[in-house]
Amino acid sequence: MNQKMKKVAKLLLGFLLLPNPSLFAQDAQMADTMRSEGKIYVVVAIILVIFFGLIAYLFYTDRKISKLEKRLK
Amino acid sequence: MKSNWWKIASVALLIYTIIGGLLFEVPRLNIVNETIRGLYFHVPMWFGMVALFLTSMIYAIRYLRNPNFRDDAYSVEFANVGLVFGILGIITGMIWANYTWGSPWHGDPKQNGAAIALLVYLAYFILRGSVNSEEQRARLSAVYNIFAFVAMIPLIFIIPRLTSSMHPGNGGNPGFNMYDLDSKMRLIFYPAVIGWILLGFWITSLRIRMKLLEERINESEDEKSR
Repeated sequence: MNQKMKKVAKLLLGFLLLPNPSLFAQDAQMADTMRSEGKIYVVVAIILVIFFGLIAYLFYTDRKISKLEKRLK
Repeated sequence: MKSNWWKIASVALLIYTIIGGLLFEVPRLNIVNETIRGLYFHVPMWFGMVALFLTSMIYAIRYLRNPNFRDDAYSVEFANVGLVFGILGIITGMIWANYTWGSPWHGDPKQNGAAIALLVYLAYFILRGSVNSEEQRARLSAVYNIFAFVAMIPLIFIIPRLTSSMHPGNGGNPGFNMYDLDSKMRLIFYPAVIGWILLGFWITSLRIRMKLLEERINESEDEKSR
């Protein structure tokens, strides 16, 4: 492989790797400690409970409207 | 229950979004850090809003082709829930901007455009409230609805791309313009978009059914008073 081809290959490789953010932002601070302690699951649980509550409310409203529709028929 | 499969799908997709959105790996980027996860919740609000406004416009066109109460009711309620999604989108955007851009209102072209689009749709409801004749209200607001949707497209999708917006995919933003290359995030982002859109349609369907019930009660009351 001649010198020129090596240069082109290097350049191509560079472009291929460039879009990968993990290559140049390894030092970005993330909530790694929180995750390793498992406390992130607390957050997930809280959000899921609120979500289920709202969905249940929506579901019962849906059922109530269905009953009203039957009565008005 | 057989016609409710899409409601169940919506809930399933959103459960997946909440769990995956908080637990799955995301690109380690400076400035945005963990807030990148806001993408799974903030952006689907806008997708939901556009989907609901589009449906609202389709029913507005249907109304103009063949005026009837049903299409008008559909059109209003889709716009109504679309506006709620838009307001949630703008509030979540302000929270996010405060931590990544430095202030809640940064004068970003996409932020401004979205705010103007919401005002345009707010005017739709003001227009409806200011016309007493039912038929005239439906016709005028259907025409306005089409204009509102057409005005929203350049405000949100075109102008921010022509100028330099800090939103990813709109001009330059060195801190956060690679997420759309990350296939791991797409794995949650697309289901999230579908889940939130379906939830928007569910809420809208309830409001439409309530409006139709109300209309039927009004009719029977009119008959009694005659």
